[in-house]
Amino acid sequence: MIKVNYFARLRELTGKGEETLDRDSMTVAELLDWAEESYPGFGADNVQVAVNEEYALKEDVIHSGDVCAFIPPVSGG
Amino acid sequence: MIGFWNGSERKIKMKPFEIVDTPIEVQKYMDYVLHPSAGAVVVFTGNVREWTHGVKTLYLSYEAYVPMAEKKMAEIGAEMEAKWPGVRVAIAHRIGELQISDIAVVIAVSSPHRKAAYEANEYAIDRIKEVVPIWKKEIWEDGEEWIGAQKKYPEKGVEQK
Repeated sequence: MIKVNYFARLRELTGKGEETLDRDSMTVAELLDWAEESYPGFGADNVQVAVNEEYALKEDVIHSGDVCAFIPPVSGG
Repeated sequence: MIGFWNGSERKIKMKPFEIVDTPIEVQKYMDYVLHPSAGAVVVFTGNVREWTHGVKTLYLSYEAYVPMAEKKMAEIGAEMEAKWPGVRVAIAHRIGELQISDIAVVIAVSSPHRKAAYEANEYAIDRIKEVVPIWKKEIWEDGEEWIGAQKKYPEKGVEQK
């Protein structure tokens, strides 16, 4: 099971703050592809993924138990 | 949590890098960074602006991935201490609905001499805008939008600096 969090535009697009994927492992690129297919307009090209609160690269592997977050472009300050 | 004694010898506990959902009290962060070897304290506040490129903002709504945001702000503090030895840093960012002129972010930096404090303070706000997972939504009279620069997935990750 992989937990994913949604924020800001993506939270509103998906209509949820989080959900759980029934997967043992997948790459960040695969997670982004899954999101794009699941939620039209996701805009995965413009979204980063954090795994366990650290920015991850597209080739990084996510394992069951990891907590992921889709990070749209940040705008703090 | 880190404790310190303020001028009235009252023990105050505070997190030097925190996301808050209540109005930011600047003095608390200034007091935290001040110590006997500090000859300068530079404080920056980012405030809600009414007009942006000719569009009137009614109010802003900020959201954060709180645990990661606090972690990233602490990392920025560590970067500053490495680049400008002797600085002491506190950063707070507010989330929720903010009205015009409200403080969204405060950055307090002390250093033995002022130049480092000025430079480190500007570095902090630049890095916050790059890496800290906080999002701002502008609410106007006729609509609203999540703000954020368009950019491609960084091949080497966003930690590179």
